[in-house]
Amino acid sequence: MADENPTAITRAEVEHVAGLARLGLSADEVDRLTHELAGILIHARDMGELDLSGVEPTSHPLPLVNVVRPDEISPSLDRDEVLAAAPAVQDNQFRVPRILEAP
Amino acid sequence: MSTKTQWMPVIGLEVHCELATNTKLFCSCANAFGAPPNTNICPVCLGLPGSLPVLNARAVEFSLRLAEALNFTVPDKSVFARKNYFYPDMPKDYQVTQFELPILQAGVIDVDGVTIGIERAHLEEDTGKSSHMGGGGRIHDAEYSLVDYNRAGVPLLEIVSRPDIRSAEQARGYVSELRAVLLAIGVSDVKMEEGSMRVDANISLRASEADEFGTKVEIKNMNSLRSLGRAIDHEIDRQAEALETGETIIQETRHWDENENRTSGMRSKEGSSDYRYFPEPDLVPVAPTAEQRAAVRDSLPELPARRRERLIEAWGITLPDARILVDVPGLADYAEAAVAALAGGAARDVVNLCTGDLLAYLNETGRTLAAIALDPAGLADLADLIGDGTLSRSLAQEVFAACVADGSSPRAVVAEKGLAQVSDTGELGTILDAVIAANADAVAQYHAGDDKERKKKRGFLMGEAMKASKGQGNPQLLNQLLDERLV
Ligand SMILES: [Zn+2]
Repeated sequence: MADENPTAITRAEVEHVAGLARLGLSADEVDRLTHELAGILIHARDMGELDLSGVEPTSHPLPLVNVVRPDEISPSLDRDEVLAAAPAVQDNQFRVPRILEAP
Repeated sequence: MSTKTQWMPVIGLEVHCELATNTKLFCSCANAFGAPPNTNICPVCLGLPGSLPVLNARAVEFSLRLAEALNFTVPDKSVFARKNYFYPDMPKDYQVTQFELPILQAGVIDVDGVTIGIERAHLEEDTGKSSHMGGGGRIHDAEYSLVDYNRAGVPLLEIVSRPDIRSAEQARGYVSELRAVLLAIGVSDVKMEEGSMRVDANISLRASEADEFGTKVEIKNMNSLRSLGRAIDHEIDRQAEALETGETIIQETRHWDENENRTSGMRSKEGSSDYRYFPEPDLVPVAPTAEQRAAVRDSLPELPARRRERLIEAWGITLPDARILVDVPGLADYAEAAVAALAGGAARDVVNLCTGDLLAYLNETGRTLAAIALDPAGLADLADLIGDGTLSRSLAQEVFAACVADGSSPRAVVAEKGLAQVSDTGELGTILDAVIAANADAVAQYHAGDDKERKKKRGFLMGEAMKASKGQGNPQLLNQLLDERLV
């Protein structure tokens, strides 16, 4: 089954995905994850070969639909209490570092 | 040497419309525009660990209303998904939206006789609002940003048209009809200026209808119908110029700058796969029931196109007037109530007052119809007074201003100010005789002059007579009596 397949995912792809998730991985970790992710992808590929045309994709493990609440307001949190937990605050707003890299 | 190619634009629009629910999409914080910063926030919309979202029932109901209004298909099941990206306006570091399975599919809307397809509409949560501080106050040069999460989690319907639109004008028509529908079915207050309706445009050019679509560019940041039209026209010109000179169009997002009247490229966008969409594990699928759909169908109000037709038919008004009545929130209801209260006056006069004086007053004061002093019955009274000849249009304007200021009744204002139109031929004749006696020069010049001079002098004498009657002379009668005296 999950035989070694070096083309399932490349180191560069692992680094790209780690970058999207803002994960700083060491070279060793990239090696290990490239190997482990390849195993997962090969498993998915094996499943893709089965005839699953009558099987609905599972988006949720519980057999539930339409879990809703009425459109009624309930009190929000105390602003001062929330802002007290923020690293930086100005004018009752969350102050965050510059969003884009300098041009 | 070259004849210019006639480039044909292909336009698709993405309309984000904030739903007018009481609460946010997944928590019970108030959905309120203009509240002090960070006063409507809770563990769910702040994305605090351990918090769980629960879907707002009304957001589903509103989606189903749109389905009925625009003939969407409602799939048996729709699923929420996480769109993952890091941006401070989304405290969870993902936005809950719908990806592969949206709540509505394949709708249509009629825009000035042309059917425009709508690919899909999906529910998603809005982001917070960030203000960029320092530098030029723009995201590119700001030193830091301030974030208000009151808007984070407010329900949005993103309505995605098919690339069926062919001009800036048609794009405006599409948005304006969609806005009228959303307003009529009561799901959004659709104010582009306040951001409760936002429109992005995808634009590409091709040399003929038969060609495949060209590379599309997305334009953002248009905050009025007018700027939408200008931004699209500008982008069409920009792409045509680039294609003429053999440049390649890059697939990118461009930002419309209203003051500079141009678009500029933004940071390169992450590809769709970079958002790593996956089903939101904390929310179960939405599966609208037949009962839900029937209830919505039974409570659907008259739609704008149908209502315009009916008013044109019943009152003999023009399409532009019918459009104004239907597009301004509450105005058609107000006009219909006034017409129902008429006692002999004409619907035509009600419509003129509504689309003229009343609308100007609303625009000037920023008031809503619910907050003004003159009710529909009062406006009907005013139209009756025009209809029976008591008031000329210009006197009616004066009475309107007095009534709308303090809520007094038109008949009381007419009596109190002695504003009734004078239609007594004897009284008007006396006024005219005095005017003619006092302006013998003008009368002589009238008789001696050419057509142009006669017209001028006649206008002058008419003005003097109107002045002498304190603006209350019946204009038709005055004209007639003046003619008799100038023979
Ligand atoms: Zn909340």
